[in-house]
Parts: sequence; structure tokens; C-alpha cells
Amino acid sequence: MKFTKFAGAVALGATLVMPAFAQDTKVIGVSIPAATHGWAGGMNFHAQEAVKRLEEVYPELDFVLATASDAAKQVNDIEDMVATRNIDALVVLPFESEPLTSPVKAVADGGAWVTVVDRGLSIEGIEDLYVAGDNAGFGKVSGEFMVSAMPEGGKIVAFRGIPTSIDNERVAGFEAAIEGSGIEIIGMEHGNWNRDDSFVVMQDFLSKHAQIDAVWASDDDMAIGILAAIEAAGRDDIQFVLGGAGMKEMIARTRDGDTMIPANVTYPPSMIATAIELTAVGLTSTAPVSGTFVIGSVLVTSDNAAEFYYADSPF
Amino acid sequence: MATAVKNTHTKNMLLDLKIMGPILALIVLVLVGAAMNGNFLSAGNISNVLSRSAFIGIIAVGMTFVITAGGLDLSVGSMAAFIAGLMILVMNGLLPTMGAGWPLVMVGLLTAIVAGTAAGFINGFLITTMRIDAFIVTLGTMGIYRSLVTWLADGGTLSLDFGMRAIIRPIYFDGILGISWPIIVFALVAIIGEVVMRRAAFGRHVAAVGSNDQVARYSSVNVNKVRMMTYVFLGVLVGIATIMYVPRLGSASSSTGVLWELEAIAAVIIGGTMLKGGFGRVWGTIIGVLILSLIGNILNLTDGVSPYLNGAVQGVIIILAVILQRDKKAEG
Repeated sequence: MKFTKFAGAVALGATLVMPAFAQDTKVIGVSIPAATHGWAGGMNFHAQEAVKRLEEVYPELDFVLATASDAAKQVNDIEDMVATRNIDALVVLPFESEPLTSPVKAVADGGAWVTVVDRGLSIEGIEDLYVAGDNAGFGKVSGEFMVSAMPEGGKIVAFRGIPTSIDNERVAGFEAAIEGSGIEIIGMEHGNWNRDDSFVVMQDFLSKHAQIDAVWASDDDMAIGILAAIEAAGRDDIQFVLGGAGMKEMIARTRDGDTMIPANVTYPPSMIATAIELTAVGLTSTAPVSGTFVIGSVLVTSDNAAEFYYADSPF
Repeated sequence: MATAVKNTHTKNMLLDLKIMGPILALIVLVLVGAAMNGNFLSAGNISNVLSRSAFIGIIAVGMTFVITAGGLDLSVGSMAAFIAGLMILVMNGLLPTMGAGWPLVMVGLLTAIVAGTAAGFINGFLITTMRIDAFIVTLGTMGIYRSLVTWLADGGTLSLDFGMRAIIRPIYFDGILGISWPIIVFALVAIIGEVVMRRAAFGRHVAAVGSNDQVARYSSVNVNKVRMMTYVFLGVLVGIATIMYVPRLGSASSSTGVLWELEAIAAVIIGGTMLKGGFGRVWGTIIGVLILSLIGNILNLTDGVSPYLNGAVQGVIIILAVILQRDKKAEG
């Protein structure tokens, strides 16, 4: 295993010495999780678009894009980038925080610029730039919409994603925002950001509760499963379902005034593009880009939905 | 003499428990569910649970034959996702020429059956003719189909055209006399599977091959053909399960059918089929599928258990159900 990797590294290195020799190009490595679900699919799309665009804008920059299906593969990807491409900067969206922390730290210690996206590393201060989604804010905006949509309060069921810190922060933000509003969460289960799981859980919630006023789906994939379950059960007590993350089909329904989906809360997969662009700016100009860049979650309603509809994106 | 009598006695008792084990577990679960929530035994809930069991159930019947013949198929979940994606793409692609309607639905159904048959044939061919271990072959095809559906969907989700979705929807949600189609198809597949396993020559050949393929070969059973047929049947059943699945949400993505293979295998083993082959019980598999779905349903209907622990509860019940029917041979 070691031998093949070494051999591959030598072969790759040999082919790649040429351009580096020819002129003083700088290489940016981009390491992201593979497109295993809708949001990640959108993130992959935006990463590729950003790389394509920046390669034209900055001829002196080279990009290496690697997608990993698990954390171990991502560690290998990053090691290979350092060994064979001698990257000047790394843009990484960690698959998981823990296993990626020390490999990314090694890259930073080697003198390369490090941009971390979305999921933070376990040790603070490794990265030069942190481009983060605002998970607590995502929950807060969702909760505030619930409160404004149901001024008299009501009974809701809430769906959680895969048990992670992202999920915990969102739920905590949501619960804080609805506190004291008269909105009561009568059921909360994990739908795992998955349509089928959410369909099944919603069917069971509908059996369990005779009256549900609204649903916090917290994700558009889950919202689709939930809507199908409500429709099949023929229940009309549910006034609306609030999804999240801004899937284009759901944004379109909000834009077109569907009363079941009155709003959406963004958690844009295009934040990877922000990270790549800022890194490119940092490498090619004197403009300072270090620090933390938090991308706020925005409430999308029928008024502004058209601005959040990306026709080409798969998500 | 005395020891011999004693042995047969204990053996009979074990045999009884072996047969009764899964049924007892199912009864206990139903009682627990009914005690915990008044809606558990409502017609709506029972219909929901049976319908959602149909995907795994239909696949698990085929898996019973594969495992009884001494094989294994890890690719069924990915295969279902791939077939679902293919079915959606074909229907979307032909929509402009054929128009929305039942002829196009039939094309979709045919696509699923043909793709399932072909996928089963490929697994069977690699395992029997190329003599590669079933675990490795299906581990490989599992990865291949999962990647293919991700690639077809461009990392996102394949969605059936909205007009078509309205036409195809009744396949999951409608039925006869209030019994939905997935339940009817599941029941038919189960009954046919049980009859074939018990009464048909093929069922006995499958058990013979799984028990001892050398002896089966000397008894002029065409071992490779029997093995091949089990994989092809399983492929066809995955196609049928996909036909039930696609109308539900009208979409397929890389998260479709994840871990279906393990649920199907777990159901087969809970039902009393031996993982090492040689003995299969289709009705037991059905009980196993129902046990697995009921656990999830009961956990959703009650508040007592933290959702973080759902998997643990499921694991404990699977192991308990299998302990109840432990084989005497396992000890020696």
C-alpha cells in the first residue's frame, strides 16, 4: 500500500514538475467530501464552478480538486497534494473534525495557507481563514419565522439531521428562538437529512398526534418526505412545513406562493466558492483575508425567493 | 439408551423454540406497541408499517433463497437505488415522445424488471461461472451501483417529472379494498416464495446446494444453474421492490436504499434461515421483516427512548430473536 502510494507520488510528481518549473505558479489544493447527498452535491458543483472561473481569472494559479468519500480518503488526498503538488494553499471542508485536525495542522506547519470551510477543526488557531456557515443562526432564523408565522403559538413536530454538532447547534438555536412564544415541540426525531427516513417518521408522528399545527423540517430533503406523508394521510391540520438549506425545487415552490412551503432558510453550499475565491485573493494580492468569515443564514420568502434560485445547480 | 432418549427430548424442545422464537418476538413487540400507544393498532398505522416493510420484505424473500443456497448479496440496496434512478431517467427521457400516461408507466416498470434481471445475472455470472466469492463480487457491485446512481444524479437527486408523479403515485398509495398495492405485492411474493421453498423441486435444490454442493452435484443437481437462478430471482425482486419504491416520493438519490442489504440479511437470519446455507424459511423472513419495521415504528410512537439509542434497541432485539432459536450445533 505504502509502496504503491509512493510510486504514484513519484509518477505524479514527475509529470507535475514541468509546469512548476516553467513559471512561478502557485497551487491551491481543494479537498471536499464527495457528493453523497443533495447539499454536498451542490457544494461540489459550486467548487467546480469556482475553480473553473478562477483558473481563467488568475493564470498564475493552479488548482487541484479532490473529493473524498470518507475521512481516511480525505487525509490521503491532502497528504498526496502536499507530496506531489507542493501546494501553497489548502481549502478544506473536513469530512469530520477529529481525524482531519492533525493532517491539516501538518499542512499549516509546512507553511501553506489553510482555509477551513463549514466544519471547524478540533484545535483552534490552525487555519488562516475560516469560512463558516452559521448553524446556531440557521436555527434562530427558523425559530423566529415559526414565531412570526404562529403568533398564537401551536403544536409543532421537529426533525433533526444526522446526530452531529451541526445538528445540535441548529436545534439549540431553534429552541432558544421559540422559547416563551407558546410554540410547543410535541415530537422530535432524527430524519437523518433523508427523504425516506423522514417520510416514515412523519407517518408515525401523524399516527401519534391528532393535531399538528406546523412542522420544522430543518432541511429540504426531509421536507419533501414529510410533505409526501402529509399528503398521503390527507391531513389538513398542518398549516406549513419549514425546510431549510435552499434546495432549488423548494425555493421554486416558495417563489410560486405555495402556502405549505411559505419560507426557507439558507445554508448555502456555495460557501465553498466563497472560501476558494478568498483564498485566491489572499495568494495573489496584498488584501488581507485572514480571520473568520461567517456566512449568515437568510430567511427566504416569496418576496426574495427568485434571488436564491440557481437554475444550473443540482441542488 | 437413556441418553439417546434424553437427546431427542431436548432436541424437540429446541426445535419448538426455534420455530416459535421469531413469532414470540413479534407477538411481544405487538403487545408492547399496543400498550404504549393507542394508535398503534389503528388501521392507518398497520397499513403504514406493512407498506413500508414491502421494499425490504420483497427483497428479503429473494435473499432467503440466495442465503439458503450458501450465497450472499450485499449489492441489493445500491442496486435498488440504481434501478430507481434508471427508471426515473427512462420515464423522464421518453416523456416528450410518449406523453404522460399508463403506457409510459409500463415502460418504467419494464425497465425496472429488465435492469433487475440483468443486475442479478451479472452477480450470478461472476459468482458461478467466474468463481469469485459472493461476498467480494457483491461488495464490488454494491460500490459500482452506488457510484452510478450518484453519477447519474450528478450528486443531487433524480426527480420524476411532476405530471408523471401524479400518474404513478397510486402504485404506492392506492390498492384494493383499502389494502395498498405494496402490501398486496409483498403478500403475493411471500406466498409464492414460501410455496417454492417448501413444495417445488427448485426449493429443495437450493437447500441441497447450500447444505453440501458436492453431494448436490453427485445427485445430478445443476449446482451452478441453481445458484445463478437465486441471484437472478433476487435481481427481479429488487426490480419489483423498486417499482413499489419510486411512486412513493418520485425520486432517487445516492441516499436511496442505504443499508437495505443489511436489513434484508438481518430479517432473513432473524427468521431462522441459516447464514451458512442449507436451510431456509420464507415465512420466518417475513416475520423478521415485520419485527425490524415494528421496532422503528414503536420507537417513533413512544417518547421513552432517546432517539440516539434507536440503533441499540434494534440491535438488542435482533440478537435476542436469534438467541431464542439458537442451534444446538453452534455450541459444539
